[in-house]
Amino acid sequence: MSKSSGGTWAPSMLRRGPRNAEQMFPGSSGKSWFGNWFGKMPWLTKLCFLWLILVILAAALADLIPGLADPNYQGFVFGDGKTNEGPTASHWLGTDNVSRDILARLIYGARVSLIFAFSLVAIGIIVGGTLGSIAGYFRGLLETFLMALVDTWLSFPALIGLVFITTMLGMRNLLVLVLVGAVFVWPSYTRIARATALSVSGQDFVTAARAIGTSRKRILVREIFPNVLPALLAYSLVGLPVLIILESTLSFLGLGVEIPTASWGGMINQARQDLLINIWPAVWPAVTLFMTVYSFNNLADWVRTQAATRSAAI
Amino acid sequence: MSNMIAIRLTRLVVTVIVVSFVTFVGVNVLPGDPVNALIPIDAQQDREFVEQIREEWGLNDPLIVRYGRWLGDAVQGDLGRSLVTGQPVTDEITHRLPITLELMAVAVGFSLLIAVPLGAFTGYREGRRSDRLVSGFAQAGLSLPVFVTGLILIYVFALKLQWFPAVGWNRLSNGLGPNLKSVALPALSLAVTEIAVYTRVLRSDMIATLKENYILSARAKGLTDRFILFRHGLRPSLLTLVTVVGLNIGFLIGGSLVIEYLFAIPGLGKRLFSAIQQRDFMMVQAITVLITVFYVIVNTATDLVYMVVDPRIRRTN
Repeated sequence: MSKSSGGTWAPSMLRRGPRNAEQMFPGSSGKSWFGNWFGKMPWLTKLCFLWLILVILAAALADLIPGLADPNYQGFVFGDGKTNEGPTASHWLGTDNVSRDILARLIYGARVSLIFAFSLVAIGIIVGGTLGSIAGYFRGLLETFLMALVDTWLSFPALIGLVFITTMLGMRNLLVLVLVGAVFVWPSYTRIARATALSVSGQDFVTAARAIGTSRKRILVREIFPNVLPALLAYSLVGLPVLIILESTLSFLGLGVEIPTASWGGMINQARQDLLINIWPAVWPAVTLFMTVYSFNNLADWVRTQAATRSAAI
Repeated sequence: MSNMIAIRLTRLVVTVIVVSFVTFVGVNVLPGDPVNALIPIDAQQDREFVEQIREEWGLNDPLIVRYGRWLGDAVQGDLGRSLVTGQPVTDEITHRLPITLELMAVAVGFSLLIAVPLGAFTGYREGRRSDRLVSGFAQAGLSLPVFVTGLILIYVFALKLQWFPAVGWNRLSNGLGPNLKSVALPALSLAVTEIAVYTRVLRSDMIATLKENYILSARAKGLTDRFILFRHGLRPSLLTLVTVVGLNIGFLIGGSLVIEYLFAIPGLGKRLFSAIQQRDFMMVQAITVLITVFYVIVNTATDLVYMVVDPRIRRTN
């Protein structure tokens, strides 16, 4: 928010009337938008937001971080490291029970978690959004069939299915995991998209578009889908932490990315055998996982209250 | 009303058939030959012997035929024999099912015991410090994966304080005390997430209920806050909670799989896990279908209860 506009109110403004959107609705203009909504966050949400930025940046730039150890380098084997070491200058968070650097594994593990969660959200929005919009707008037999399929699909506990498929598959890299996860992610997105598309279809602007002769396909692409998207995005923010927990649970069961690739759940599973010898290799990934999931949840809650306040104000 | 029930029940049957078929196909399409589970590795080279076994177990028939046979036996209560142990699958399931059910029941019961007063109270104190504190903890509880909660409990109460066993299971036949001791930590691990979910749901419903006019009139009559909260406010607010408890069965099933793995509990989830690893297809098929049937029945029951309790839903349908 710039210093001259908003915030302070002068009688002269009443005479001239509001000159721009910023004066009518302080905080609504595009000017320094980041400062606006970041400033409105409670301090805890600010911390969560900063933590998420940190995790995402670290995961994205892991290869470029100077001095970061190789996450799979076992110093013990090459005679220049110890197993279960406490924090040192070269290993800030110590080493695990096969003498790998915990910090490096945390950062590369973040990459697995985040890529898994964000790709599945993207797939959910694209696949579920398309199918749901079509079902909700075109209706008919297709809708009946699709929704019956979705209902049946959702009546199957996803974790059981995931465990089932991942165990059967010989190879489990990140791409395979995402594809398997997609099988269980699309139905809930489809359901939400269809419900939103149903209510959007009844709105006046859709009737208006039809009245001026817009084709049904164009209405779907230009009117329905853009209005379904916000609902899907809101759901995604709630879904991200769930997906991160899902990935870590699979890794914990030994069904995530194959070892030795670092993942938070896998690190915890490996460390739990030596809990009484050295608890830290379990604590670090557990705390990181918790903080990341908590941050997403906290941020999602904040966005929800913001949306509620805004719609109440309108 | 009876029409609604008929529709739901039809859908239930259709869902179970579809899911069991998909599982059957999935089990047979994915890599791994069931014969390998049946006979030792050195005998697998003997083509003639393998062929004989395949014929004996009916593995050479088309998929549809095998599924039909399986379904025909299943509705008569015969789920086949385990490919690994040769024992009837039904025996093993009846042996392990009580453990998983007890685990889930204790978890849900305990969660409700904590979450209902907590949710009602925080709804009543909306926006106050106590509400913010509890809601903050609920958000944290929601962010703890089940296996992390379990690991923390194992570390503190089993390894350090040694109040409870870290792994294993004592059946009820071994005495109530040992049984309760072995169910405590696993159930609590599942309950932490559940408590968080239930508290949040009840809180938001309670806030809405307390704005109703009949609450105002009860207050005008001079009834005490506690009486209003639990006698006037709680019942209409419980509706969503009932649904959420039903919907969360899916979470509980997945969660108990993880918890049984972590605490080495010989329940159904752990058996499913090992059966998948051993490619024991009959066992996998039976347990998966059982879980789905259970899940779908609970969901249908929740829907029906919901309709019976709330007249408004009955009318709109």
